[in-house]
Amino acid sequence: MDETMLDGNAAAGDFQELFAVEVTQMVGVCAGCGLTGPLAEAHMFSLAPGLTLRCPGCDAVLARLVHLPDRTLFELRGLLRLEVS
Amino acid sequence: MRAETPRAITLALDVPEWPGHRAGQHVDVRLTAEDGYRAQRSYSIASPPLASVLEITVERLEDGEVSPWLAGEAQPGDELELRGPIGGYFVWEPARGGPLLLIAGGSGLVPLMCIERLRRAAAPEIASTLLVSARSQEDLIYAEELSEGAAVVTYTREPPPGWTGYARRVDRAMLTEVAPPPEQRPHCYVCGPTSFVEVVAEALVALGHHRALIKTERFGATGG
Amino acid sequence: MSPITRGFRRREPSGDDSRLPPGQHLVGGFPVLSAGPTPHTPLDQWTFTIDGMVDESLRWTWEELRALPAEPVHCDIHCVTSWSKLDTEWEGVSLDTLLDGVATEADYVTAWCDGGYTTNLPIEDVTDGRAWVAFGYDGRPLEPEHGGPARLLVPHLYLWKSAKWVRGITLRPDNEPGFWEALGYHQRGDPWQEQRYWGD
Repeated sequence: MDETMLDGNAAAGDFQELFAVEVTQMVGVCAGCGLTGPLAEAHMFSLAPGLTLRCPGCDAVLARLVHLPDRTLFELRGLLRLEVS
Repeated sequence: MRAETPRAITLALDVPEWPGHRAGQHVDVRLTAEDGYRAQRSYSIASPPLASVLEITVERLEDGEVSPWLAGEAQPGDELELRGPIGGYFVWEPARGGPLLLIAGGSGLVPLMCIERLRRAAAPEIASTLLVSARSQEDLIYAEELSEGAAVVTYTREPPPGWTGYARRVDRAMLTEVAPPPEQRPHCYVCGPTSFVEVVAEALVALGHHRALIKTERFGATGG
Repeated sequence: MSPITRGFRRREPSGDDSRLPPGQHLVGGFPVLSAGPTPHTPLDQWTFTIDGMVDESLRWTWEELRALPAEPVHCDIHCVTSWSKLDTEWEGVSLDTLLDGVATEADYVTAWCDGGYTTNLPIEDVTDGRAWVAFGYDGRPLEPEHGGPARLLVPHLYLWKSAKWVRGITLRPDNEPGFWEALGYHQRGDPWQEQRYWGD
């Protein structure tokens, strides 16, 4: 068990820069395996050069975030779809 | 500022134009040193939404970056940077109903105590079960407040002398004895270190609780 | 503009600052950084592959890799997240040994790993005694959390180039951005020129 792994709850603050709706209130679909679930339950790894959210089912990268000195980069390729209710 | 245990304190924060918060949410605290070095950590809000003062409880971690300052150096009047409230998933309000099953590991008790305080103040008719895992009595946050209620505590490293309660990690047998049965469809909130959350969540599922009714928040062992 | 927090400073042991690249500080322990869960490939399934711009792919099993001449590596390591460790001791097989006899016109390599991590490097940064497949750290087998059973070790560049859980390198004509290089991090990553991000 990787004790350094957190979950999407801890990513919410950083993703606020991108989304008007909080990421923990979104449901995502993994582009790798199709697993659907709340992003709050995604596995988060942030002891790294950037933040990575992974599918709790297949470990595929759902989304990433990097803070550069002058901007923040987001990548969402691993999310097939996001649902906001 | 109020000491909760030898290692944890509760800090009252005065935030101009604080918009209010929901039970279970957290704030991100960022500290900046003179040389520009910054460190940031998340802390769950301890005070319930209706309280007049915003409070967080911080446990000082040995090799922490932020917690040693908050729970060691901070003095009334100090200024810090805060972002929040954050969190739309690991939250509860009375409208969601109950019964509640709140399972805390270590400092994971903070957001769950916030939920419990809200329940007591705003919806005491909703039943709740609070199960808290702590290493020792010295590590048990809010010990006095817990003793006034019906919380179940289990000590995993050093139970106090004369202790007749649980003295092991949370497992299926303990949950069977302590938790409402799955037929009551309790709203389960599990918070604590990652391995604690994973073990407890899987145990709840194995006992028949529906995954959709189990909400989890993982605290890092290295967070602090 | 963030307000300065009274009485707050970074924790850091005192040490020899003159050996630190710009913007780095010393740490006592060995921080574990990862973008994903620690893989656990059994050694009897582990292989290291060199493919891409070669006439024939090369592959070594764990036993075959360990049978190659290995050497100690004594080096400083620098992480782009700003921590550095001096005088670290490793053991590994030089990439020169693995590339010995391999004819290629590749200008770049991409290292790829269990768990999906990748990183790209100019080929001259992994040859001429600058890179190893490292399986020992501090006199012991490399721990999984630090990249064991084997990781790439390229100490003259930022540590994100020293790909953990490496399983092979692909020789290529083009510089294909890897996991972090595709999202803001420098293509080369020389700590002495502080090449942390795009445009540095």
